[in-house]
Amino acid sequence: MYQLSGVTKRYRRGKTNVDALRGIDLTIADGDQLVIQGPTGGGKSTLLQMLGALDRPTSGVIEFDGTDLAKLSEARLTKVRSENIGFIFQSFNLIPTLNAQENVETALVPMGVRPADRRARAAAALESVGLGERLTHLPSELSGGQQQRVAIARALVKEPKVLLADEPTGNLDEGTRDDIMALLEGLWRDRGLTFILVTHDSTIAKRAPRLATLRKGTLTVRESSRT
Amino acid sequence: MFFTYLRRELRRRRKAALVVALGLALGIGLVITVDSVSSGMDQAQGKVLKSLYGLGTDMTVTKAAPASGTGSTTRPKFDFDANSSGTSQSSDRVMVQGFQTLSSSVVSTVGKQKDVAGAVGGLNLQVLKINGTFTQGQFQQRQGSSSGGGFPGGGGSSSTPQGEVKGGGAQFDANSYTLYGVDVSDLSMGPLTSSKITSGSTFTAADANAKVMVADSAYAKQNKLKVGSTVTVKGTKYKVIGIATADSGDAAANLYLPLKQAQTLSSSASKITTVYVKASDSQQISTVKSEIQHNISGTTVTTSADLASTVSGSLSTASSLATNVGKWLSIAVLIAAFLVAGLLTSSAVSRRVREFGTLKALGWKSGRVTRQVMGEALVNGLIGGALGIALGLAGAFAVTEISPTLSAQLGSSASTGGGQGGPGGGAPGGFGGGARQAASKTLDVALSAPVSVGTIVLAVGLALGGGLIAGTFGGWRASRLRPADALRRVE
Ligand SMILES: Nc1ncnc2c1ncn2[C@@H]1O[C@H](COP(=O)(O)OP(=O)(O)OP(=O)(O)O)[C@@H](O)[C@H]1O
Ligand SMILES: [Mg+2]
Repeated sequence: MYQLSGVTKRYRRGKTNVDALRGIDLTIADGDQLVIQGPTGGGKSTLLQMLGALDRPTSGVIEFDGTDLAKLSEARLTKVRSENIGFIFQSFNLIPTLNAQENVETALVPMGVRPADRRARAAAALESVGLGERLTHLPSELSGGQQQRVAIARALVKEPKVLLADEPTGNLDEGTRDDIMALLEGLWRDRGLTFILVTHDSTIAKRAPRLATLRKGTLTVRESSRT
Repeated sequence: MFFTYLRRELRRRRKAALVVALGLALGIGLVITVDSVSSGMDQAQGKVLKSLYGLGTDMTVTKAAPASGTGSTTRPKFDFDANSSGTSQSSDRVMVQGFQTLSSSVVSTVGKQKDVAGAVGGLNLQVLKINGTFTQGQFQQRQGSSSGGGFPGGGGSSSTPQGEVKGGGAQFDANSYTLYGVDVSDLSMGPLTSSKITSGSTFTAADANAKVMVADSAYAKQNKLKVGSTVTVKGTKYKVIGIATADSGDAAANLYLPLKQAQTLSSSASKITTVYVKASDSQQISTVKSEIQHNISGTTVTTSADLASTVSGSLSTASSLATNVGKWLSIAVLIAAFLVAGLLTSSAVSRRVREFGTLKALGWKSGRVTRQVMGEALVNGLIGGALGIALGLAGAFAVTEISPTLSAQLGSSASTGGGQGGPGGGAPGGFGGGARQAASKTLDVALSAPVSVGTIVLAVGLALGGGLIAGTFGGWRASRLRPADALRRVE
């Protein structure tokens, strides 16, 4: 699925440069799960942006299904995102003025799905994360865990190949965190997704079949025997 | 999704939308009020000008009266029988008033010109009637005593100047009034069009040689004239067939009669003093003016614009206030409103960086996000437009309700008998030339603020423009957001 070699990312901040990624080599196979951890400022979110076609690296190759994302135009990257990649964010990032169902529908808008289909698929996706009763609730009318479930439904409604999550449980209490993790792991298993998860949570990291650690832009990967 | 999203945003962020809309509403409301007030000013000026010109006239052609010294043509001379001492005598002196005459062929010359829709001639006359007795040997006829003697420098336009000349045992009543010779073959233009026939009837084309008159209502009242009354001028009897009431309360002449009759009375066959010209296209007025000046040398061509520049008084003050201060104020407020709307929209986008970043991360094209922002701004603009139209209508309504009275003073040059402008007032040689010219007219006009469809269209245009400007600010901002902004932690 992914083949990264020599990926660097340098941010310019006035006169100073920040090397967020310094030569990342990484291979991720179809249907793999990769957990990324590391100290704050280590470059985890930056790497996730590269994998999610949100940004282009300063140098290096990011091969995704045979195409180099580093060489694609903004418009092509947009297309890759809309078709293949589902995102889950730490702070849920729901549109505050849209209800649960409409929020999920936003993921189908760029694919040109007809409104009636869109509504049906959004409702089904919410059903699958246990929110079948909450279609017309606004984000502000939902608990944190429920909001993250809406975000998960939104990420998965278009049936992407890859699911990227940046600290999805960072804003949740412990019980809810376990629920969400269980949900995500279940979905990963059932749907054959490639699942890349950034987390600070050491219990999650310990369970991970494959753990990458990012420190000051450098990556080390620990393979563990699959359970 | 576009409309759902738009509706949801506007409903759930009502306050922000309202602030933008209110800013625009203020600007647009001001524009509507100022626009309608200044068109009210135009109407008021139009009323004033119409009272001078009559309807449908774009310009007049006249020839200035000669300066004093060559004024012998207009200087009156009376021949009294000096032998019939003690008997009452009367004499009418009919003079061309205020202008030098033009040949009536000028009318057809002008009429044939390009872009001229019509031309009609008219003749302004003044009649000076002297009644009196004198005793032989005591009357000394001197020019100084007759021109400088008992005549007031100028009378009110509708009051007839009366004077008494006493000299050497002679006693005279002088009585002057104005006549206007109407081209009865074309009644669509000329001073009579600004009057309504309130009794009897007006002239018809068949009246060309008839001894008939139409009397101005004010003069008729003063002299107890009615339809059917007889007026004698220079021994000729005229029958009053109609009473005309001037729209502005200020008539162009005391008595109107067919042009031929006026020419005969003043022994100026085929002469006129004024040509009333209508241009076929109001855009061509100045072209027509210079063409006439070129074709007929020595004439004065006065357009409505020329006349308007002689209007002074509170009307012109208010009018220039509305057109200058009001215009600039509303433009300034409008620009400020547009800028504020733009900045508010743009700052609203910055507060929604993560929202739009997320949509881009989900695969929304930049254009779709921009469109969404533009759509919101446009709707805000339209709401602002609707509120602004309401505000503006309220403002215009208030002005019309209060209807402040403005007075218009017309420069002395514009107050001659026929009402047309012309520099004739400068040098009155005898009393015929200057009698009415020294007086300046004052008209009172109530101001209204009519709101035209054009103004509303303008307001809607401004609303759309304001929304578009705001949307451009916001949309530009939104288009520059990176999808990676979705991951930004701080709002
Ligand atoms: N847009 C940016 N402009 C400039 N510097 C940036 C930008 N984004 C990230 N950085 C810098 O790059 C480095 C890596 O940032 P990144 O967000 O990837 O860290 P992280 O591992 O996700 O940290 P955290 O655990 O706190 O989320 C940091 O030093 C950060 O300051
Ligand atoms: Mg991070």
